[in-house]
Amino acid sequence: MELDPLILSRIQFAFVVSFHAIFPVFTIGLAAYIAVLEGLAYKTGNAAWDRLSRFWIQVFAVVFGMGVVSGIVMSFQFGTNWSNFSQATANFLGPVLSYEVLTAFFLEAAFLGVLLFGRDKVPKGLHFFSAIMVAVGTFISSFWILSASSWMHTPAGVELRDGIYFVTSWSEAIFNPSFWPRFFHMALASFLTGGFVVCGVSAWFLLRKKDVEVHRRALSMSLWLLLFMAPAQVLVGHAHGLNTAEHQPMKVAAMEGAWETKTHAPLILFAIPDQDAQTNHFEVSIPGLASWFVTGDVAGEVAGLDQVPVELQPPVAIVFWSFRVMVGLGMLMVLVAFIGLALRYRGRYAETHWYLQVLRGMAFTPFVAVLAGWFVTEVGRAPWLVYEQMTHAEGLTPSLTGGMALFTLIGYVMVYAVVFAAGLYYLMRVLQTGAPTLEDIGHEDQKQRPKRPLSGATASWEQEESKA
Amino acid sequence: MSEPVFDLTLIWAGIIAFGVIMYVLMDGFDLGQGILFPFAPSEDARDVMMNSVAPVWDGNETWLILGGAGLLAAFPLVYSVFLPALYIGVFLLLAGLIFRGVAFEFRFKAKSSRYLWNWAFAGGSIVASFAQGAVVGSYIQGFNVENGVYVGGALDWLTPFTLLTGVGLVIGYALLGATWLIMKSEGDIQQWAYRITRPLLLGVMVIFLIISVWTPWVDPFVADRWFNGVSPIWLLPILALFCAWRIWVAVGQQRDGLPFVATMGLFICTYLGLLASKFPYVVPPNYTLWDAASAHESQLFLLLGLLFVIPIVLIYTAWTYWVFRGKVKAGEGYH
Repeated sequence: MELDPLILSRIQFAFVVSFHAIFPVFTIGLAAYIAVLEGLAYKTGNAAWDRLSRFWIQVFAVVFGMGVVSGIVMSFQFGTNWSNFSQATANFLGPVLSYEVLTAFFLEAAFLGVLLFGRDKVPKGLHFFSAIMVAVGTFISSFWILSASSWMHTPAGVELRDGIYFVTSWSEAIFNPSFWPRFFHMALASFLTGGFVVCGVSAWFLLRKKDVEVHRRALSMSLWLLLFMAPAQVLVGHAHGLNTAEHQPMKVAAMEGAWETKTHAPLILFAIPDQDAQTNHFEVSIPGLASWFVTGDVAGEVAGLDQVPVELQPPVAIVFWSFRVMVGLGMLMVLVAFIGLALRYRGRYAETHWYLQVLRGMAFTPFVAVLAGWFVTEVGRAPWLVYEQMTHAEGLTPSLTGGMALFTLIGYVMVYAVVFAAGLYYLMRVLQTGAPTLEDIGHEDQKQRPKRPLSGATASWEQEESKA
Repeated sequence: MSEPVFDLTLIWAGIIAFGVIMYVLMDGFDLGQGILFPFAPSEDARDVMMNSVAPVWDGNETWLILGGAGLLAAFPLVYSVFLPALYIGVFLLLAGLIFRGVAFEFRFKAKSSRYLWNWAFAGGSIVASFAQGAVVGSYIQGFNVENGVYVGGALDWLTPFTLLTGVGLVIGYALLGATWLIMKSEGDIQQWAYRITRPLLLGVMVIFLIISVWTPWVDPFVADRWFNGVSPIWLLPILALFCAWRIWVAVGQQRDGLPFVATMGLFICTYLGLLASKFPYVVPPNYTLWDAASAHESQLFLLLGLLFVIPIVLIYTAWTYWVFRGKVKAGEGYH
């Protein structure tokens, strides 16, 4: 079989970007949480908030470090595998992606060092301010990345001359039609990720009966957060879906598994989409509901995949199922948040063993939901790289052979397997070690100096040593 | 669209050129520690070597990311030709830098698995340095480009010439690393660094000499630039030789900081000589800076942010180096 550089490059990009995405989506939410903890510690002077903040800053340091490592790879992917795309879009994407780098640069230079290492060296107010700035900075970073991504879905503010995009309006290009729904959807996803991880880890500490008082506070406040964020995400996600229906109807058709354009379109609960036969097998559906969701009327007309030739349809099964995974997990999150409220009403949320176990398991779900969501939106854009203007095949590096693409794909998988296994292992060590005690804080090594993200964590690599 | 008032392309060329030499000098001595790691006299020495660069290495590496993103924004043709042409080399470079970076973090936290991180640190540094040297060699060599698209093969970048520049940069970074260590260490470790500096310097000079003869011989453009009449750029190799001589003498005098400063001088003169050889070609042999530039408004849009952020980053960088000035003592943990 001939190796296809196009498929291999798409797999490679999906692999490196998926691996990268899970780190920032967590750090964005966690940075905001740390800023809140710092604010509480600053305002109340209560040592519990201080200890919690110190603990979560260590977790943040490790995850941020891994995000930086995987981010380096990202900044070269566009050129190595998608050079035609890079050349055509550089006038817009170049500055926008560079602004993201500048934001990260600036953030790291100015505030991250103070947050990680400056606690006892700068005034408390300045430390709190740095925590806020780190949280704001992570949002600005995601602002630029999402602007670039959204522009590929809904290109605007540019004109194409001789195969090269020229920017005619920066504001129209940056705030392109799908930007705001995507931004808010992703922002809430970050809060949900941060919230569920904090809940899960806190529940784990409660189950182990370690530092119960401290982690109970963390659990309580995150459950409140989730109670509002999880339902809000359902609404924002729906708004994002409507935006997509307006600008990229074929993506929505793939999400719905709708092969034919029709009125009274059903909402499909289960089906096995068959692209070759252009139909679904084993379909279980609720009549009219998809029409109601998309048009507000059960009799409304919903566009189906029959509106475009087969070769211009996205891979339906991937989009269809990723969408169901995302929505299903989102509903589960709402349910878990409301169970928390019911248990809280009876004052038992922190003692109910099974609920703590559920929360522990739920810590992984936001990552799966986020990746599923990105699969929906990115695969759903196929075969377009810039929607309805440039296909994946047109954007590919012309000199790239299947062998080269396979070599680096295997290479990145191996490098990431080693590096991130080590990183995740170490993250688990940090979680196991737990929050520093008041004694630890008093004896903190005064020689610890700035400034690299990962050195913000102090847990030992080997398990037995930490007990010594 | 109105006619540009300034030629931002030249300004951007200056910014990127500045970023590259900042990266080469600063990550150069970090990578040098990794290259010298397997040859270090003791595990204590390794601790000192790593401690001497631990506080600054990741700040140093960020210049590389800015270079990558800045090229896409200001000179997209360079970005979209270099990366496909150097496809395999770029992968090796990134894989090397990743292993090197992770080893930095985990070596200090590990005890029984420490030797593994030693190997990751050394291997990653050597591979990354070699790949960077091969990139320089490929740039001198030129690229097979038609209509702004790279049309060469996957291994065009790997030739006897680029092998030589790759090895040359590995030894060059080792020299930067050794002289940095002279400045930052004392006692036995410093003596070891003194001992290896002169052989490394000789190695660098031999390879530089071969490259200096080889390049004009195969590239008429370079030959014309250097040998067509008297030129002020002749000062650069003279200054480079002067720096090399200063390193040699300073090692004999057991000077602390001078060997490192003179090595930086050697690198800067060589770098400027390379730029002078090729200017204004950024994608040799056919494309100049202006051919490769992005639209004026795109260059302007990013420049505004850059002018705000770069001074802050420079101040911060200077401050970090100031905080960590002075000798690193054996047994004095950074962690």
